[in-house]
Amino acid sequence: MSAKVDTPLFYSPLSYLRIALTTFIARRLLFALVLLAAVSLFTYLLFALLPTDPAALTCGKNCKPELIEANRVRLGYDKPIYEQYVQFVKGIFAGRTYGTGDVAFTCPAPSLGYSFNQHECVSTLIGKTFPVTAFLSLGAFILWMLLGVGTGTLAALHRGKWQDRLTSVVTSIGVSLPTFYVGLLVLFSVVIWLQWLPFPHYASPTDNLHDFLTAMILPWITLAVLSAASYTRITRNGVLEAMNEDFVRFGVAKGLKNRTVIRKYVLRAALIPIVTIAGLDFAALLGGAIVTESVFSLPGMGRLAIRSVTDSDLPVLVGTTLVAAVFIVMANTIVDIIYGILDPRVRLK
Amino acid sequence: MSNVPLLSVENLNVEFSTSDGVVHAVNDVSFSIQSGKTLGIVGESGSGKSVTASSILKLNTGITASTSGSILFNGKDILGADDKSIRAIRGSEIAMIFQDPLSALNPYYSIGNQIIEAYKVHHKKVKKTEARKIALEMLHRVGISNPEARIDEYPHQFSGGMRQRIVIATALINSPQLLIADEPTTALDVTVQAQILELMKDIQKENGMAIILITHDLGVVSETCDDVAVMYGGRIVEKASVQELFNTPTHPYSFGLLGAVRSLDNSARGELQTIAGSPPSLLNLPSGCSFLPRCNYADATRQQCVSSVPALQNVLPTSSSSACHLRAESLNVLKIKEPS
Repeated sequence: MSAKVDTPLFYSPLSYLRIALTTFIARRLLFALVLLAAVSLFTYLLFALLPTDPAALTCGKNCKPELIEANRVRLGYDKPIYEQYVQFVKGIFAGRTYGTGDVAFTCPAPSLGYSFNQHECVSTLIGKTFPVTAFLSLGAFILWMLLGVGTGTLAALHRGKWQDRLTSVVTSIGVSLPTFYVGLLVLFSVVIWLQWLPFPHYASPTDNLHDFLTAMILPWITLAVLSAASYTRITRNGVLEAMNEDFVRFGVAKGLKNRTVIRKYVLRAALIPIVTIAGLDFAALLGGAIVTESVFSLPGMGRLAIRSVTDSDLPVLVGTTLVAAVFIVMANTIVDIIYGILDPRVRLK
Repeated sequence: MSNVPLLSVENLNVEFSTSDGVVHAVNDVSFSIQSGKTLGIVGESGSGKSVTASSILKLNTGITASTSGSILFNGKDILGADDKSIRAIRGSEIAMIFQDPLSALNPYYSIGNQIIEAYKVHHKKVKKTEARKIALEMLHRVGISNPEARIDEYPHQFSGGMRQRIVIATALINSPQLLIADEPTTALDVTVQAQILELMKDIQKENGMAIILITHDLGVVSETCDDVAVMYGGRIVEKASVQELFNTPTHPYSFGLLGAVRSLDNSARGELQTIAGSPPSLLNLPSGCSFLPRCNYADATRQQCVSSVPALQNVLPTSSSSACHLRAESLNVLKIKEPS
């Protein structure tokens, strides 16, 4: 390389700190992997920490001690916890076979364990229930973002007028109402009292779209309206705050249209905090919308998790917790990356 | 030189209704400015100078602001203009820059994006590559070295002084006839201040634009302005040329202000003077002269000062006008009755 590099005459003192977006993303992903490893370890410690003996749960109340011991060995619970963890992690990547001979049961990768209560691989159970939760979360999420950001912006732009006051009253109610109450109320009034919809009976959208939609519409609306309330407030405050920024006034003074100023200057600034909480809220929902799924009897991951707690189904409990944690970590990483794209100042390190 | 002013503001009143009452931010303000000239508007915080400036671009929007009077720019009625025609004026014929360069640029877009945007909004048919070239030239003009390397950087990568240069480049990209600078150097340190003022004056010399400079810094005024309007309690209390304001102030408030500035004269006397008391609340202005509670010269005219608001009148032998009930002899009075 020639030594004559075209160096700029002047460089801001901060320039050397600036890193490319790709480096930034790579760094976030690496961090996420480390975090996931830690999360899986802590989750697996549930086996060691809970007072329940996992082997004793494998057969009924009047189980012989010999059988318990045999099952303990068969399922690997006789080994020290760190060896069990290594086996568990291996299973995630390579699949795992429990027991030997006729009673052997193989869970293909990613194996998250084997539920002896339900005689099923945990990954299969999660694979069955996750789409329900995903559809529920995604639909509700889209609805509540549109509703929350829309009404929040509207309220801010009409600050002090009736639109603002109405939103303020409605969101106060929305924020303070619990899901199980509103869920039951909606279910009762729409399905039982008004009989506008049949009682929800979940079906996969590819099997029966009609059943899918009639089962989903009420939980979507319930979740969306309740969650939207806090988004309305955050958006309203963010927009109002942004409108006081000098750069917004400067944008107006440039001769930009109101619509352009609101989109490019006000909402851009106001949306950044919303991206953060939206990402985390969505991830939490993906991990299982426990209350909503229970109220509307949706066979989702939330109900699977709850049942694993009441049945002391440890492998399922660990599996669902781990999957929920993975969503949170993934959401965090995605939020960070979106942040880096939205706000160039975040890319400093 | 033509005597038709570029901008004339007549009897401007701006009120804001708040939950505490009506704030009379600007009261009966009139001034005008010719092309190529610089008018300073001086006053303390809350004297109505920024609100006056914002009115010229109709930036005091919202349901609570009400504006009356008239603002004529090149014969065009600004206050009566609809949204579309005021947008055509903003940034193209009248540009405005704000106090804090750190917050005047949108942190989420590169500076090039923002300058090009300012150009394109008034030159819709110009191609982006062409606009970029113009932006580069403008950046070079305001003293950003190596603009090609820096145009795609973000505001946070520039120092305060550099950012104010970028703000100026953005404001002047459409060669406006009038630049309103609302405390453009207040947030900058003194050496950078001087550079920025110098830059503004240079560009003014080149393109003959008028500048309205809003400031509370009399040093800045003396260096850059041709004429000065001193504001107090939402009114103009003195209008004068810079020389006359500094040599023969005709309003007790101006006199007080000058006493509070460190100059060669003042330092000879040792101590800086302050104006006792605080500026009036714009929520309930007194019925008479709003400076009366802080005035040291009102003994002879107190009755009048309490009951009626003094109008701006010429004070002979100067060409200044002053809103004070003390008339022709006021000059002498101010000189004799220096507070000790």
